[in-house]
Amino acid sequence: MGFSRRNFLGSAAAVTGLLAAPMIVRADEHARPKVVVVGGGAGGATAARYIARDSAGAVDVTLIEPSRAYYTCFFSNLYLGGFRTYESLGHSYGTLASSYGINVVHDWATGVDRDAKTVALAGGGSVPYDRLVLSPGIDFIEDSVPGWSQAAQNAMPHAYKAGSQTQLLRAQLEAMPEGGTYCMVAPPNPYRCPPGPYERVSMAAHYLKANNPTAKILIVDPKPSFSKQGLFEDGWARHYPGMIERIGPDFGGDNVSVNPEEMTVDIDGVVENVDVCNVIPAQRAGSIAFAAGITEDNWAPVSAYDMSSRMDENIHVLGDSAAQGAMPKSGFSANSQAKVAANAILAALTDSRAFPARFANTCWSLIATDDGVKVGATYEASDEGIVSTGSFISEVGETDELRAETYRESIDWYDAIATDMFS
Amino acid sequence: MMRLAVILVGLAFTTGMASADDATARGEALFRPCAACHMIGEGAVHRLGPHLNGVSGRTIGTAEGFRYSASLSEAGAEGRVWDDVALDSFLAAPRNYLPGTSMAFRGIRDAEDRAILIAYMIETGGAEAPQGEVAVDPRIAAVLDHPPDEAYGAFLSSECTACHSGGGEGIPRIAGLAPQSFAAGLLAYRDGTREHQVMNMLAARLGDEEIAALAAYFATLE
Repeated sequence: MGFSRRNFLGSAAAVTGLLAAPMIVRADEHARPKVVVVGGGAGGATAARYIARDSAGAVDVTLIEPSRAYYTCFFSNLYLGGFRTYESLGHSYGTLASSYGINVVHDWATGVDRDAKTVALAGGGSVPYDRLVLSPGIDFIEDSVPGWSQAAQNAMPHAYKAGSQTQLLRAQLEAMPEGGTYCMVAPPNPYRCPPGPYERVSMAAHYLKANNPTAKILIVDPKPSFSKQGLFEDGWARHYPGMIERIGPDFGGDNVSVNPEEMTVDIDGVVENVDVCNVIPAQRAGSIAFAAGITEDNWAPVSAYDMSSRMDENIHVLGDSAAQGAMPKSGFSANSQAKVAANAILAALTDSRAFPARFANTCWSLIATDDGVKVGATYEASDEGIVSTGSFISEVGETDELRAETYRESIDWYDAIATDMFS
Repeated sequence: MMRLAVILVGLAFTTGMASADDATARGEALFRPCAACHMIGEGAVHRLGPHLNGVSGRTIGTAEGFRYSASLSEAGAEGRVWDDVALDSFLAAPRNYLPGTSMAFRGIRDAEDRAILIAYMIETGGAEAPQGEVAVDPRIAAVLDHPPDEAYGAFLSSECTACHSGGGEGIPRIAGLAPQSFAAGLLAYRDGTREHQVMNMLAARLGDEEIAALAAYFATLE
């Protein structure tokens, strides 16, 4: 125990005078650069996998994620409609650990010390980083829907973070009395998965049409318009005529409160009794972004060039939590942003090349059996943020065959992104 | 001795005939799903699919008078030929072998069945002698003239893998595609001769260098 490896190298350098100090650190294998990723969803799992895979062990990657199995929010509506099993939404972190050597820590990240560059864990202790990736998804803004709180989420589920909430909403849908009312309180912009609430309504309608055809669906919506509106409304008229009613802000949809005990919804002073109430509250960045002190208003602003925080260049924020510009908050977007961040992080920490950022997103939605639609865009980086360079959207009046093909595409996309995240 | 020899020869003859008959019958049965769209033999004409007379040995996508999907035309432009290996791979999984084919057929899993079917098609429709090498489309050649930057291709590929890593039913698998096929496909999406909303959008911003980099990278994958 006369001297440590570091001391030995240090004295050797001092003697020869040839090695610069940073090279001593690099020469020490215990000082591999460290990347810590918080959140194992579409952004975090992808970033961890790409950094570990592409650095081939040159970077030490730790993934902090409280859940042992990840249930995807994308396609959880299809479970509600009976098109997927719950099990098919679940994915394990096993391969990330075994095939890529990622250190998967099942714990909550509770704080970030940006000066010491460490992440604190709920279970005690802290993890040091050279680069930190935060991809914590969303949290809900308290009191954004008066009367609703997380404590009421069993009576009025949000089901906007997949898992037991998703199962609960399906169970409540099944238990609806004949001719009952399913109410959705839709969120204000910006929120995770813009077409998500309306695909969910489609899937609830699909279930009810077969099992409870006199039931009604009531959407209370603070937004004057919504994603793929023309496509959804056309689909609802064709598949579920008379079942779905939407109250927008012009009729008080922006003035809503709920009473979870009474199972009532107050819409601009008119009280409705409902049987299921799916409250999707207003959203903000995951708590860890606030704990790290890198937020502005509700989100964490980032540079579009590498997804680094505008307040700390050693922290990258991916997916829903980031204020990045034009991209929608979606799993596809988070996956796309993760690859740009991974490339930038690897270029900063190793000798790999940095390529210009480019992003893409496509969101598929299912309206009814074999009736799929999609919207997508490509993006690039600018000083102001991520900007769109091209886009498309499905059209009303497409052939049945094209709609079925779009649905089949979405199934393959699901398998592909799951592979991209976890395999 | 003489009698026995005759019997043996006769037996061999009849068994041979019987098994050839069996194979023909099996081939005919295997062709039945194909017959929904393809004709073969005397008087065969194009229907939903091209007639298959002389398909063995012919350059892919070149039966006269039939309008092929871009995917098959491009394979032909690269000079690929329906030899036994190509026919076998295509029949095993058409959409994997030639992504973008409009042939709506899942494929034949059993290798022996595929061999019997190919033999049946040659027996019934004849075979064409392989033609000389067909010149590669100059636009594709120009793209592939760019020095392939595999590292850049690897980075760009992450945009592809978000969708092209699944089962291959709704979105074709593209790993391992020959560079000519890869470049031909992206060029067709970029100029709009092949239509798909997502692919037209993504290809629109790919330069020739980027297509060359992607083609080089994907050729290295399994």
